[in-house]
Amino acid sequence: MRLNRKDLLGLEQLSKEEIELFLDTATSLREVSERPIRKVPTLRGKTIVNLFLEASTRTKSSFELAAKRLSADTVNISAASSSILKGETLLDTARNLEAMKIDAVVVRHSSPGAAVFLARKLAVPVINGGDGIHEHPTQGLLDLLTIRDRKGRIEGLQVAIVGDIAHSRVARSDIFGLSKLGADVRVCGPPTLIPRDIERLGVGVHHELRKALREVDVVIVLRIQREREKAGVLPSIREYRSLFMIDKEALSSAREDVLVMHPGPINRGVELDPEVADSTQSAILAQVTNGIAVRMAVLYLLIGSR
Amino acid sequence: MMNIFIISGGRVIDPATGVDEELDILIQDGQIRKVAKRVVAKGARIIDAKDKVVTPGFVDIHTHLREPGREDEETVLTGTRAASVGGFTSILCMPNTDPVIDDESVVRFIVRKQEEAGFSRVYPVGAITKGLRGEELAEIGHMVKAGAVAISDDGNSVMNAEIMRRALEYAKMFRIPVVAHCEDTHLTAGGVMNEGYYSTLYGMRGVPAAAEEAMVARDIILTEFTGSHLHVAHVSTKGSIELIRRAKERGVRVTADTAPHYFTLNDSMLKDYDTNLKVNPPLRSAEDVQEVKQGLRDGTIDSIATDHAPHTQTEKEMEFDVAPSGIVGLETALSLVLRELVEPGVLSLADALGKLSFRPAGVVNLPFGTLRTGSPADVTVFDPQREWVCDPAKFFSKSKNSPFKGWKFRGTIEYLFVNGSLTVEDGRLVSSTVA
Repeated sequence: MRLNRKDLLGLEQLSKEEIELFLDTATSLREVSERPIRKVPTLRGKTIVNLFLEASTRTKSSFELAAKRLSADTVNISAASSSILKGETLLDTARNLEAMKIDAVVVRHSSPGAAVFLARKLAVPVINGGDGIHEHPTQGLLDLLTIRDRKGRIEGLQVAIVGDIAHSRVARSDIFGLSKLGADVRVCGPPTLIPRDIERLGVGVHHELRKALREVDVVIVLRIQREREKAGVLPSIREYRSLFMIDKEALSSAREDVLVMHPGPINRGVELDPEVADSTQSAILAQVTNGIAVRMAVLYLLIGSR
Repeated sequence: MMNIFIISGGRVIDPATGVDEELDILIQDGQIRKVAKRVVAKGARIIDAKDKVVTPGFVDIHTHLREPGREDEETVLTGTRAASVGGFTSILCMPNTDPVIDDESVVRFIVRKQEEAGFSRVYPVGAITKGLRGEELAEIGHMVKAGAVAISDDGNSVMNAEIMRRALEYAKMFRIPVVAHCEDTHLTAGGVMNEGYYSTLYGMRGVPAAAEEAMVARDIILTEFTGSHLHVAHVSTKGSIELIRRAKERGVRVTADTAPHYFTLNDSMLKDYDTNLKVNPPLRSAEDVQEVKQGLRDGTIDSIATDHAPHTQTEKEMEFDVAPSGIVGLETALSLVLRELVEPGVLSLADALGKLSFRPAGVVNLPFGTLRTGSPADVTVFDPQREWVCDPAKFFSKSKNSPFKGWKFRGTIEYLFVNGSLTVEDGRLVSSTVA
């Protein structure tokens, strides 16, 4: 199977087969990172721009490592160094980059739809590295890959996503990806952090952690941002911790072999008890490793075949 | 004499009087002089209106002309040209200009600009509060004297209920309505589209229907308390309509309008993040759209206004959440009304035309919207069958921010008389004979 699309904007538009193609390709590319010389010549001579207009450390470095391991050249542009601060529009910035003859743009932006907007305007592939609260498709893919590695399958698994669902692009990409591959998804958090009508995406909604975790195979823990207190949607981090922090006790209602995941960076002791984060149940570092493989697969499938 | 016209053989629909038959109309010295089966007058120019609809000129009580301040988006000249080719003989312009229309000098400036332009009539809407800041009342009396016909802080809701109460009371003295853009801005902060399934799916921050409805409820309560006239602008939700319906039943003096996009488009259409679909209030759910139609049908919504809101392409070619809100509407309004309301049978043609003419005129007490003998000769003649394809590049409006590009429409404006002057002829704008 070949990928028949220019861009990766979200998991919502992808078919099950396309998602599996990304995962299978990532699986076969994973061994590159295990070699003594961690590089293959696949994308030699290709130039990839990482246009990161919102702060990011791990996604940016993950994309950069993925590109380098495929021998592509990379340019990193961040908000602090971009013309956008000088008043240039996103569209002009992107068109200027394209005029410099590049092969793909990875874009991270605080506005939902920013990647869709660029994809419509640019001839080169656009990869969504996270657009506001909308989607983070490579995070969704690496989560799927991690689950598939550890559980051997995705279909039929019970997965809970816990935390700030409303403001999470990871939650959306995970929900779309997991549902397409046949997992049964539920979300859990205070009602102020659950977006309206999310049931219509086919997920269950819980406000009680123990119930939400009952018999689950996987729990994906989301980061709680401290700004939420100021925004009036959470009374305090302290109260959040007492109601929703994932610790050993909360996990006792889950399946014994429950897998704990987190997109990072972790607020230790807020949404996740350090004891769990560092336990054998945790797949958090495996997610990071898989992130590079998934991004290599995305770059390869979108650029390598052009 | 070229200022004598006979509009001959058209289907004359005057919703204000219930007339709907093939008649001739004599126009002389800016007035409707005679409406009869057959009219003869020496020296009159005959306008052949066979197979056309002849109806009172449309009145749009909600436009943004952007002058003074944002002449790159629209001017009084370009906006009134767009109004004329859209069949509107009178338009009201909102005060969110720069400087704000919050004193008589800006009102006078706009009136003078209209006189220089010479196309459709313009009536400024004065600000409720100085600088639209919601803090102190503007000099409403002076603005009314200079030509303002209503007050509004459009775009900014008057969040302070005490200020809104005083505005309603004060406006009563001049028999003008307070036009309310109903939005609790605490509830809408950060939101860019209707809150619901589609905001969840598309990952955008939501604007809840409750933000509009809470304000509609408050303003109805204040209006009932003060005995004033409230006009609710661009009603978009089921809940707002229900509140207005019940208030009307109780005899509260509340009127309301909606814009064509609120009975045509819904929030599911934002999947491509097309900023031409970004408006405030946001496009609502398909269910709300149905209720807007029901509200138009049962009379809860009195009139249709365009909320013509021009923005440059540069401003609109942005990320969705930073692009400005607004749709240009003057040149697509009639066709959308025909397509969405008349063709599906939501409204009869006469009822639909009434919501574009005498009903909005009545909201602001303007003597337009009828073809009665002796009335000002503001007349629109349109071909209800002629087809056209929407191409915003061809709009007379300076801005092209329309989501209807490529839509196939029926209904073209063939002739337009403003105060007895032929302003549109054979579908083309002619420079007005008004000196």
